[in-house]
Amino acid sequence: MTVASPPAPTNRDDPGAWVLERAVSPRRRLTNALATSWMLGSLLLALVPVGVIAVYVASRGAGVMSLSFLTKNLPVVTQFPGGGIAPAVVGTLAITGVAALMAIPLGVLAAIYLNEYGRQNRVAKTIRFMADVMTGVPSIVMGLFVATIWVSAGLHFGYSGFAGSLALAALMLPIVIRSCEEMLKLVPDDLRQASDALGARRWRTVVSVALPTALPGIVSGAMLAVARAAGETAPLLFTIGVTTKVNPNVFHGTNTTLSQEIWFNAQTPFASATDRAWGAALTLIVIVFVFTVVARIVASRFASIKR
Amino acid sequence: MTSPASSGDLGASEVIPSTAGGKHLDRAFRAIAVAAGLLVLAILALIAYSTTSKAWPAFTHQGLSFLTSRNWDPNQDHFGALDFIYGTVLTAVIALAIAVPASLGIALFITELAPKGWRSAVTYVVDLLAAIPSVVYGFWALAVLTSPAANFYGHIADTLGRVPVLSSFFGGPAFGASFMTAGVILAVMIIPIITSLSREALTTVSQDDKNGALAMGATRWEMLRVAVFPRVRSGLIGAAMLGLGRAMGETIAVALTIGSSAQITSHLFRQGDSMASIIVHNFPEATGLHAAALVGLGAVLFAITIVVNMVARVVANQTSAMSGVGQ
Repeated sequence: MTVASPPAPTNRDDPGAWVLERAVSPRRRLTNALATSWMLGSLLLALVPVGVIAVYVASRGAGVMSLSFLTKNLPVVTQFPGGGIAPAVVGTLAITGVAALMAIPLGVLAAIYLNEYGRQNRVAKTIRFMADVMTGVPSIVMGLFVATIWVSAGLHFGYSGFAGSLALAALMLPIVIRSCEEMLKLVPDDLRQASDALGARRWRTVVSVALPTALPGIVSGAMLAVARAAGETAPLLFTIGVTTKVNPNVFHGTNTTLSQEIWFNAQTPFASATDRAWGAALTLIVIVFVFTVVARIVASRFASIKR
Repeated sequence: MTSPASSGDLGASEVIPSTAGGKHLDRAFRAIAVAAGLLVLAILALIAYSTTSKAWPAFTHQGLSFLTSRNWDPNQDHFGALDFIYGTVLTAVIALAIAVPASLGIALFITELAPKGWRSAVTYVVDLLAAIPSVVYGFWALAVLTSPAANFYGHIADTLGRVPVLSSFFGGPAFGASFMTAGVILAVMIIPIITSLSREALTTVSQDDKNGALAMGATRWEMLRVAVFPRVRSGLIGAAMLGLGRAMGETIAVALTIGSSAQITSHLFRQGDSMASIIVHNFPEATGLHAAALVGLGAVLFAITIVVNMVARVVANQTSAMSGVGQ
């Protein structure tokens, strides 16, 4: 994360630069300068929180980070000192992983429908629009939704990691659909026509031509969706229950995640709990960050292939 | 982009003799893809149905005063949610007031000011804001920001508290966890989405139009005002509305920083509560009518955010449709 100073406004590529310096009234020049400083100021406003939060979480989190912190079970009650966050790390990875296994294939299939079959017909337009709208559904609503149909009412399956996965998958689905469709859109139609001309059926064209060509972009979009889901808290609080022991089985028994442990530990005044929350926050940010950066690298590789 | 139909219906399957099995496979693949697409509509419908039906006892018990009453007392079976609705709206408005100018500034920096090589780097860093989990924002704000914020608000309240009109917004007493703190954190969280959508809208304006304005002797600001803003107005409004939708639905960061003490006041430095916050704090232990009422709040939140998002998308899509570029 490089927080570089903004570039000096040299106006080198600004065709009107010489006019600005010679023939423009001071009032107009001042307005222009104010507008420029507004843009630079806004940028700083956005950079400061990223920098401050990242540095703060890293320094506080590093203080508690150790191998035993990552591998031990949670203490029975949050105010007890010691213990680790292993159950939360395992829970985060398992629950998000299962959610990804559901949301990514379904999202890619839906995107295939939108771009390869439906295109601009009414059904496709409706689905595309509603997928956009669905990205704005609050995550807590997804939690309530799964709670009412799966956990405590409806099917009454009770708390489990899988219930949390369902809620996260519902959150990821529209993101995967839209990013995957954008990537499929970038595949030149010439390639599809070439495949069609060889006599390939549509599914063949999709599987052998469109998908492989768009693959890096699809992977990158899917990873960004996974990164977002891994940091979610609200959908999990009503669906996965609580536990202090590692539970790699998402289908059976209660579970916990890093985000949930931060939420629990943040709200108690005990130093041991606060420290644990900082450690969990650092671990979570590292996981999310790794996913985001890898997704970016994959995406930039895709961009360079396209050129 | 080539025309939508260009890759379809070339008649290849009629020309090339093929086995019946391939045809079935093709139909099956299409059917699965359609089903996956329709899943989106099914989930949205199911959310609306399941939350509304679970909340029905509370809705019928409380009637319309669910939205208009200020009396929320689960022990007495009173569920008037107005205080929470107010908190949700107020924090979202504070967030927008900060995030919209900031996001537009960043988007303009990226499209107009930044050298070519900088653009993707700046975009990347702004996107990182979205990568920080909500709970981390909330925890950081609660642990680090609230006490200096209380001091800072106190100073503002001392100064502006004597000014007639402003005192009703910025007067004391000031709390670290308050509407204002929640709104500021929300602003940081919605900057990435507003920035990226504003940037998308801004890039639909062609360079020729901008050069035209510059050639007439306009400064950069005048060029933006004359050639860019009128073109992208609906796109920017759509972006702001999407930010509003996000801000209203955001839960964890608000729940940790709003103070969790429901009230309706114009004082921005006082404690409050929001719909999402009351749900997340109470739903795990709630039973019976209380649980139904909390799910009802969720249903209301769902309805509000769906409407806001739909309008936002329709408005935002007008920019790309009108300009003829993009898409």
